[in-house]
Amino acid sequence: MRTFLAAATLAAAVLPLAILVFVTLLALPLYNSFSFADLLTGHWDPMHRGYGIFPMMVTSFLLAVSSLAVAFPVSLGCAGLIYGLAPPVVAGLLKRLVQVMTGFPTVVYGFVGVFVLVPAVREVFQQGSGRCLLSALIPLSLMITPTMTLFFADAFTAIPREMLLGAAALGADPVQRFVLVVIPSAGRGLAAGTVLSFGRALGDTLIALMLAGNAAQVPSGFLESARTLTAHIALVIAADFQSLEFASIFLCGMVLYILTSCAALLAWKIRTSFGQGMS
Amino acid sequence: MIRRKLFVLCFLAFTACVLGMRLTAHADAYEVFKGLEGTLKISGGTAHIPVMQALAQEIMTRYPSIRISIAGGGSGVGIKQVGEGLVDIGNSGRKPTDEEVATYGLKVYCWAMDGVAAVVHPKNPVKSLTSQQLQDIFSGKILNWKEVGGPDQAIHVVTRDEASGTREVFWEKALQKGAIRKDADVVPSNGAMKTAVGTDPAAIGYMSVGYVDETVRALALDGVEAGVQTVLSGKYPVARGLYSNTKGEPSPLAKAFLDLLYTPEGQAVIAAKGYIPVAK
Repeated sequence: MRTFLAAATLAAAVLPLAILVFVTLLALPLYNSFSFADLLTGHWDPMHRGYGIFPMMVTSFLLAVSSLAVAFPVSLGCAGLIYGLAPPVVAGLLKRLVQVMTGFPTVVYGFVGVFVLVPAVREVFQQGSGRCLLSALIPLSLMITPTMTLFFADAFTAIPREMLLGAAALGADPVQRFVLVVIPSAGRGLAAGTVLSFGRALGDTLIALMLAGNAAQVPSGFLESARTLTAHIALVIAADFQSLEFASIFLCGMVLYILTSCAALLAWKIRTSFGQGMS
Repeated sequence: MIRRKLFVLCFLAFTACVLGMRLTAHADAYEVFKGLEGTLKISGGTAHIPVMQALAQEIMTRYPSIRISIAGGGSGVGIKQVGEGLVDIGNSGRKPTDEEVATYGLKVYCWAMDGVAAVVHPKNPVKSLTSQQLQDIFSGKILNWKEVGGPDQAIHVVTRDEASGTREVFWEKALQKGAIRKDADVVPSNGAMKTAVGTDPAAIGYMSVGYVDETVRALALDGVEAGVQTVLSGKYPVARGLYSNTKGEPSPLAKAFLDLLYTPEGQAVIAAKGYIPVAK
């Protein structure tokens, strides 16, 4: 039994690493012709032998961070309402709604976005086709908010009652208790939820592919068409197997892999430091 | 009770009729594979794959002793592999050059045409563009529809992904290999192109003529309408043939397969996959 479990653990640990090795190896044809630094900082222009993925990296990062920036305060508020700031009936309903929303397939957001959001953004801002970062940002934030909210609400529930009672005894009203006691004590949960959502936002393909416009340029504003790493993979995957375009999607995969790993490590770091601070 | 029996009987008769019609309709074209066996290897152009796969599936279901393998690789790969005898049929989305035909002793079959039309929203008053105007629009020199006789409205250029054969034809023959502006939106398929252009009155894109319907309008290029007829007659230049090549005379199995592409059944499949069938 022990050996079996150990083998399972080893397999689980080796597989992700094997994937990293795999994507690195498949991107090899690119390193033969270009330096690694050029590929990461260069621009995408396959007609003139430009296989850099810099614009896609910037877009992916920008989109993930900005959707977190939108979703974080909203989720914090929603989680607070569910936790006890709202009357129990409202809180219950809100929680049910949020739970239902976590299961929405992203293609639904993408589809509604194509026919409703994109024309609306085009009409309101009168700049470009409406397929832009903003059009992807809105549904992406909407997509990650429910998971984040549930994570936050769980973190709040885990806070010891004694701390709240203590705060109440000192005369803190519910909002004060929430802002001054609950939020600061739920650091681990907040960090975990945020990182998880960052990973989801970074990894989502369909919303960006359908709504962000996919121009391989570094966007200079939220109304510009831009392409994420994931959308790039989806767009180029049909290219000839031997082509350098095809090899570049493995480079994208590698970058995505490393970015998400870094985020997870960061979360772990934050959690341990919070833990020390509390004890 | 009697009514019910009658109903069942009618239903059975109807089913038998339908089945019978299906069988007789197919029998003629696929009959040639009767008695043939062995493996047929096909590779090359990716545009050919949907058509060939549909036909191969039908053949292999009817005659299990025939195996057909279809690989991609691109036009260059198709010509090279058939020339070196690695496959029986090599597909290409371009006509093999005279040099290739001479070196390998290729026999060339053109069985479909694929035209690519510039498309706009049906409400757009612009009906025709010169190829110079088209190039300037896609390169970003012309930025407003009023410069080509439309309303005062910025042009939204939509293009296709790097792997698209449609993009390659359009870029080569309509844009004369000119630049495509960097900030153009990119969509992953002919279908997505139709949605993008059909929902945006200021958009311009391009797609296989097989996909054009009432939600978009194909533009005439230098006064020539883009349509099945003009592509077939060669008047509309932004088109390509879908070719299959064999090294010398094809084997009986390869010949039967290539012949199938010119029968009414084969042409129905070609049309169903969005291409224009060509007579032998």
